[in-house]
Amino acid sequence: MSEIDPAALQVGDMLPELVDEPLTRTDFVRYQGASGDMNPIHHDEGYARSAGFPTVFAVGMLGAGILGTYVAELFGPENVRKFKVQFREQAWPDDVLTYTGTVVARRENELDLELAATRQTGGVHLRGWATVIAG
Amino acid sequence: MTQPTSPAVGDRGEPFELVVEPGKIREFATATKARDPSWFGADAISPPTFLTTDRFWGGPDSHVLERGAIDWSRILHGEEEYTFYGRPPAAGETLTARQEVVDVFAKAGRRGGDMKFIIVRTEYRNAAGDLVADVRHTVIETSKAAT
Repeated sequence: MSEIDPAALQVGDMLPELVDEPLTRTDFVRYQGASGDMNPIHHDEGYARSAGFPTVFAVGMLGAGILGTYVAELFGPENVRKFKVQFREQAWPDDVLTYTGTVVARRENELDLELAATRQTGGVHLRGWATVIAG
Repeated sequence: MTQPTSPAVGDRGEPFELVVEPGKIREFATATKARDPSWFGADAISPPTFLTTDRFWGGPDSHVLERGAIDWSRILHGEEEYTFYGRPPAAGETLTARQEVVDVFAKAGRRGGDMKFIIVRTEYRNAAGDLVADVRHTVIETSKAAT
């Protein structure tokens, strides 16, 4: 990911995007173990099928976590003051998610950001908002 | 054993302690594809959604949705909002967390049937009792199985 100069960012500026590797079941399992959310719908193929899904699908909080570390690495983890995500359409194994952000407001040294995690289909997996200290 | 009831505004969980551990930050940061080495030190600052790991802490009466009468097959995760009143928690800190159901309301679903929104707020205080973070967790109970 390229460097940014937080102090110079203006309303309308876009953050460098992060195109993630294709999602794997291993990503889901590793996140579930780390977070403690062991809902089998995200790792147990038989369980997901019997619930009517074609296969397991991504934990929403995995994408939320990646969106969070994306913002934190751009601005510094100590500078995050607000982070919100809304869960939209499901993401599936092999999906390629792109994480993006736009500056929507500046108040002295604080920036408001609008964020998204978007599937290769153009479908929105997550919408997000953050407030960070910047410069 | 008391009869479980639907979550209601004002339900509060028992306060519980959460120790922010460097190994847990490292594990969580790795699982969320972090690459910056600053996540991996003994005094690392936690990633924005790290407080979701508070489910490893507390007892059976701490987590208000887990003791309620909820059919998890009908639950969708709606939103998650983290607010930090200063820098996010860092490794080595001990926080005291407490959950409260702060809102319950119904909305008509787009495909028919009511959706019940339940919002749980967890507040996190440091050893001095200062509020350092809070999280608003929104789940949606659908009128039929969530598929």
